Amino acid sequence: MTPLVQNLAVLVLAGFVGFTVISKVPNTLHTPLMSGTNAIHGIVLLGGLIVLGLGVDGVFNKILLVIAIAFGTINVVGGFLVTDRMLSMFKQKKPEDDR
Amino acid sequence: MTEFIAILYIISFALFIYGLMGLTGPRTAVRGNWIAAVGMGLAVIATLLTPGMGNWLLIILGVGIGVVVGVPSARKVKMTAMPQMVALFNGVGGGAVALIAWVEFNSTDGYAHEPAYIAIASLFAAVIGSISFWGSNIAFGKLQELISGRPITLGKAQQPVNAALLVIALGCAIAIVAGADSGILIIGLLLAAGILGVTSVLPIGGADMPVVISLLNAFTGLSAAAMGLALSNTALIVAGMIVGASGSILTNLMAKAMNRSIPAIVAGGFGGGPAVSSGRSAEDRPVRSTSAADTAIQMAYASKVVVVPGYGMAVAQAQHTVREMAKLLESKGISVAYAIHPVAGRMPGHMNVLLAEADVPYEQLKEMDEINSEFAQTDVALVIGANDVTNPAAETDPGSPIYGMPILKVNHSRSVIVLKRSMSSGFAGIDNDLFYDPKTSMLFGDAKSSVGEIVEELKAL
Repeated sequence: MTPLVQNLAVLVLAGFVGFTVISKVPNTLHTPLMSGTNAIHGIVLLGGLIVLGLGVDGVFNKILLVIAIAFGTINVVGGFLVTDRMLSMFKQKKPEDDR
Repeated sequence: MTEFIAILYIISFALFIYGLMGLTGPRTAVRGNWIAAVGMGLAVIATLLTPGMGNWLLIILGVGIGVVVGVPSARKVKMTAMPQMVALFNGVGGGAVALIAWVEFNSTDGYAHEPAYIAIASLFAAVIGSISFWGSNIAFGKLQELISGRPITLGKAQQPVNAALLVIALGCAIAIVAGADSGILIIGLLLAAGILGVTSVLPIGGADMPVVISLLNAFTGLSAAAMGLALSNTALIVAGMIVGASGSILTNLMAKAMNRSIPAIVAGGFGGGPAVSSGRSAEDRPVRSTSAADTAIQMAYASKVVVVPGYGMAVAQAQHTVREMAKLLESKGISVAYAIHPVAGRMPGHMNVLLAEADVPYEQLKEMDEINSEFAQTDVALVIGANDVTNPAAETDPGSPIYGMPILKVNHSRSVIVLKRSMSSGFAGIDNDLFYDPKTSMLFGDAKSSVGEIVEELKAL
């Protein structure tokens, strides 16, 4: 199999996994879920790291990539932190109820 | 080494999937989020282990800027400002994809020596990423009220302009794949796609924002997956596709909850037509207004009160006051529940987050199907800044633009009190028959101060 075919297979399977995992989410968690998946697509950060790390020519390209990496990092770090803040509000009451 | 990295990638996307499975239940959600974050950390470490990595200073600079900007803004943002924050984070993700694709084009002389599929995947990522970046920024502007939340359209030119922009972007892409290597083409592509992002989100009204945000989220996910194909990176492919799939599901759920098709929402506004009333003119119908004192008394003698929150509660940041009021009512032995419409607010699940912030017990938050059967036994339905989601015209008037949209059947309860700033219509621009119902009384004013007054009156009783 060529890399393209392998990658396409992974792509299609991942799409189905995504559908299956997410299809039963209560309304209550829609916001945290959206913000959590939002953080996950910050993985484009890896793309920036690879392209910059393996070397590009030209100052302009380097500037673009530094911006891209900064953007990706904001997406990842901000996304996970915001999701955690939202979720911790849902969690707060559980220990109270259990006590 | 490359195999080791590939294995780390597999572990990291397994962690993403496991983490997301956790996000589907309230008990496991916090842990799920952190598991996904650990997966992300692992993926970053694996990438940095790639043989031949260099430019460390620049990498540290980029990550450093990201952390310095991202962490404080995520920590400080108010819960009511969450929708625009999510839109912004989503936008920068799309922007990153578009920039990476731009650099790829530059550093490979227009994909001169690359297989066609790499060029196609990379350009696809560039188009979608650019749309997502600019679209999300406009969504941010609308939610932050930097731009009017009302639909801004180009009128009849809207569809042709959007179509033309898409054709320009695709035309540039085709020319590049066919072998053209002029730098103007990629700039033209990014620009056309960016303008398309702006012109597609501008006409969308504030009430449709939940749909738009989750749609743009799905877009950014897909662009990340396409970038993964171009870079042959499995972690990017899997993570991007999962986000694409989950974003599509959420978008679909939101659209269904409004009984509108996704294309119709993207096509703009409520058709951009004039406000439609249900045949009778609005002005000559009587409206009963009430006072905070009367509202307090009415609720104090009820046995069941249902609070129906909407965007108005979010704008006034009234959730804590509402919770205080509910506590007072409960101390008098009155049962209190909250009716949550799936598209109330500006983000999927917006009301749940706000009420959770105010420590409202999870069990009191009722979803639409559950609460609708309870309205008949409800003495007072207190509508706080919600409008279109309570409009009975959605059930009774086939001529109404929202006809067929599932609503909260507030009008089935014995009495209704609507907290509202004025008689203006909701984002859909439609008159709400509920306000003219003989059972309904209106309490005009800012939601927070109105509820505050009710709390004072309840204490005095």
